[in-house]
Amino acid sequence: MTTVAPPLPYRVAGTWAETADTRSVELVPTGHGLPPFAPGQFAMIYAFGVGEVPVSVSALRGPHGGLVHTVRAVGAVSAALYRLRPGDTVGLSGPYGTGWDLAEAAGQDLLVIAGGIGLAPLRPVVHAVLERRHGYGRLAVLVGARTPADLIYREEIDSWCGPAHVAVTVDRPGPGWRGAVGVVTTLLDRLDLRPERTRALVCGPEVMMRHTARGLVTRRLAPDRVQVSLERNMRCATGHCGHCQLGPLLLCRDGPVVGYDRVAHLLLVREL
Amino acid sequence: MTADADVNTSPALAPDGLVMGKDGLAALVDVLIRHGFTVVGPTVRDGVIVLAELRSADELPYGWGVELEAGRYRLRERTDGAAFAHAAGPQSWKPFLHPPRVRQWSADRTEDGLVLTADQPAPPRCAFLGVRPCDLRAIAVQDRVLTGGAYRDPGYEGRRSGALLIVVECTEPGATCFCVSMDTGPAAGPGYDLVMTEVVDEYGHRFWIRSGSPEGSAILAELPTRPADPETREAARAGVADAADRMGRTMPEADLRELMAGTLDAPRWDDVAGRCLTCGNCTMVCPTCFCTTTEDVTDLTGDHAERWQLWDSCFDLDFSQLHGGPVRASSRGRYRQWMTHKLGTWYDQFGSSGCVGCGRCIVWCPVGIDITEEAAALHDWTHSRAPDEGSGPP
Amino acid sequence: MATEPAPPSPDLRPTLAVWKFASCDGCQLTLLDCEDELLGLADRVRIDHFLEMTSAEGGADGQRGRLEGRGPYDLSLVEGSITTTDDAERIRHVRRVSRYVVTIGACATAGGIQALCDFADIEEFLAAVYARPEYISTLETSTPISAHVPVDFELRGCPIDRRQLLEVITAYLAGRKPRIPSHSVCFECKRRGTTCITVAHGTPCLGPVTHAGCGAICPAYGRGCYGCFGPSNQPNLRSMVAQLHHDGMSERDIQRVFRTFNATSPEHAPVPELAAEECHSSRTGTEIRPERPA
Repeated sequence: MTTVAPPLPYRVAGTWAETADTRSVELVPTGHGLPPFAPGQFAMIYAFGVGEVPVSVSALRGPHGGLVHTVRAVGAVSAALYRLRPGDTVGLSGPYGTGWDLAEAAGQDLLVIAGGIGLAPLRPVVHAVLERRHGYGRLAVLVGARTPADLIYREEIDSWCGPAHVAVTVDRPGPGWRGAVGVVTTLLDRLDLRPERTRALVCGPEVMMRHTARGLVTRRLAPDRVQVSLERNMRCATGHCGHCQLGPLLLCRDGPVVGYDRVAHLLLVREL
Repeated sequence: MTADADVNTSPALAPDGLVMGKDGLAALVDVLIRHGFTVVGPTVRDGVIVLAELRSADELPYGWGVELEAGRYRLRERTDGAAFAHAAGPQSWKPFLHPPRVRQWSADRTEDGLVLTADQPAPPRCAFLGVRPCDLRAIAVQDRVLTGGAYRDPGYEGRRSGALLIVVECTEPGATCFCVSMDTGPAAGPGYDLVMTEVVDEYGHRFWIRSGSPEGSAILAELPTRPADPETREAARAGVADAADRMGRTMPEADLRELMAGTLDAPRWDDVAGRCLTCGNCTMVCPTCFCTTTEDVTDLTGDHAERWQLWDSCFDLDFSQLHGGPVRASSRGRYRQWMTHKLGTWYDQFGSSGCVGCGRCIVWCPVGIDITEEAAALHDWTHSRAPDEGSGPP
Repeated sequence: MATEPAPPSPDLRPTLAVWKFASCDGCQLTLLDCEDELLGLADRVRIDHFLEMTSAEGGADGQRGRLEGRGPYDLSLVEGSITTTDDAERIRHVRRVSRYVVTIGACATAGGIQALCDFADIEEFLAAVYARPEYISTLETSTPISAHVPVDFELRGCPIDRRQLLEVITAYLAGRKPRIPSHSVCFECKRRGTTCITVAHGTPCLGPVTHAGCGAICPAYGRGCYGCFGPSNQPNLRSMVAQLHHDGMSERDIQRVFRTFNATSPEHAPVPELAAEECHSSRTGTEIRPERPA
């Protein structure tokens, strides 16, 4: 058991833009650091005087060897994180929550499906698989975004082609877009899926995950072979504040990554 | 006030407990204060029996009882002079163990960078005098939530580990009590340091007292007691057994966890939403509701910031706020969250019910919403529905 | 939001302006009441326009315009409601010269007590109050600032709470959202340990439907909340009206208790109808909840 403690100071080693409203921030500890994070786990990042938000780790090792988080400026805290510059200090605590089940996925085909910024918590999975490519079967990465301009890690996604089957789709194409148009589930139709040996990891807006997971089940993937990463309001990440409940689950503790078999029925209840 | 050697009996030597008179209660408060405890117990203030610091046993609510109903609390004078013949008041022990506002840490921008410092207050050691069995269970429930998981709340742990729990078994349940349904009373469960049962009859005003911990025994050894006589023990047991038969409320005879999980779409939620003010009072008076929010405050210099934890409530619209708006936008969704959590999903999260049957949520709801009545209505709905399933036209 | 970017101030402190419209000055006085914090505040912001506190005298070039109200200002605190055509014009000027506009108090945020004129004939009022009503130029309504220009933040209360005002200013300086919860006053009563006066004594109280912020002062002194902070988020007025009736208020009492400082808050609009319905239906025995034993 761990005693809840204040966050540890981390210095911003680098920041870079991903889209117009989204940036990545690389953090290194100023003193001793936190225990290692696993893909899918999250940190609470504290912006001085502004507040604290949960953010999934989007790369376990950045260019400076630090933890990378990708932040979209949607509220006061995320806007403050978006404005961070190298040399600034934040408070960091974690690792919190469950990660993607990569041990179970060993030797299996892996299907990574992301919507929007939902690609951020999944990127460490792709990194892990590419590092140990022989340890897994086929790897497919399906990415959906609202517009081409909202696509994060665009160049990096291109670099995954080859070792992985990569497909990208957008809801609203812009000029010069030659890729697919439509919701991410449409990409499933063009996939040669081997349901009995595939594990799917899904992250994006809740409605997208619901549709995607259902689409996978229709394509005969067993619900316990699908994992989703869920989001609720979160104040503490240590199971004490009560905000992140989803029915029987405390998402900071039992999530954010949960088997679809455990939540399929919960996602159908409005306002749960 | 020295304890007589003959009655200075350890619990091991007095399995039947000891008996002390009203003077023993006065001695108890004095002994606790001498041991360095801040004594907190029931006392009459503002027309209700509150829990507050006691300087002497004279401040106990001798001769006061309460009349409880949904949305209504009134003091009633009693002729027997009993000190603990009253059911749950407006507070539980929660404000003392899990206070409404706690500073958790501070952050300072210094020349050496960001310095984050945990608050490490030395809380006073409190002796809680007059803990009802339902509230004893509530403390155990909060223990599991705040210190029983992967993370311990250090502030709660500090306050809790210093607390001495002196339970008084319940002999006078209120009209809103249902501890029997929740299996939390009126007899005391485990976890106390001392337990007393108050008896007032033709043989006098006295307390049957037993110890549940070495620390309880040490206190007990300093009190003017005598070995428990069978008559007092019997009267005490009868008083508690009688209380069990006089519960003002009952929960429906059903597995409440299943009932909650199976009625998420019941029309009754709309009905209760029509009455619910979403004021949050039920959650604040509930002895197990633990939810908190955080506030990050800065001073005007901008170089000093603090993290505060405040009681929060699932009835606040902001409680479930996400980037796209609140998850539980309707009062229906929020009332359902509170009740299904309390009676149902608490089991999944923390291994027990979140309800101890104290009835405070019923009494202190300004519009008198009654959780037992709501549970009964949901139960009725499942029963009225079951025979129709699959039999009628779609 | 900002209509035109303000040039950077020479001494880097953000500039503050305080404006008055139809109001009693009580909310501006709340700022002056921040005695312990006022010097600290002056270190962080430059108070450039605040007629309640200063007389606009001289100053260096460029500063003079700000002292006289020409702007630009980083933060403008606006007190009072709009009741004249001149004020309706002046508030547009305030918006133009201000980067961030905060309304302070019930008048600026909801129209104030003077919005009671909305429910009556303004000509009759003028004739009754003034010896020479022809000298008076007024609009027929008293409207909140947000009815005229975009407002960045609205602070409630009659008057506003000192701590909340400081919170709005410090949050602005720290670049964060002010922690101004919109839940009920009951949260504050319970957090400060006040026993509920409705439940314990049958005192009618608007706390359950009133926006927090005052610190639950009235119930702490045994008095029912009268709603000076206006409606909380999603107030259930039907149930509240039934409860007030249950606690002894007549249809007229209920109407009047909601017609004070936030009389024209849209949330309060259904109250007269609800009060009529409730007070008539209970006579015929169809209350929404059963009568409690006396």
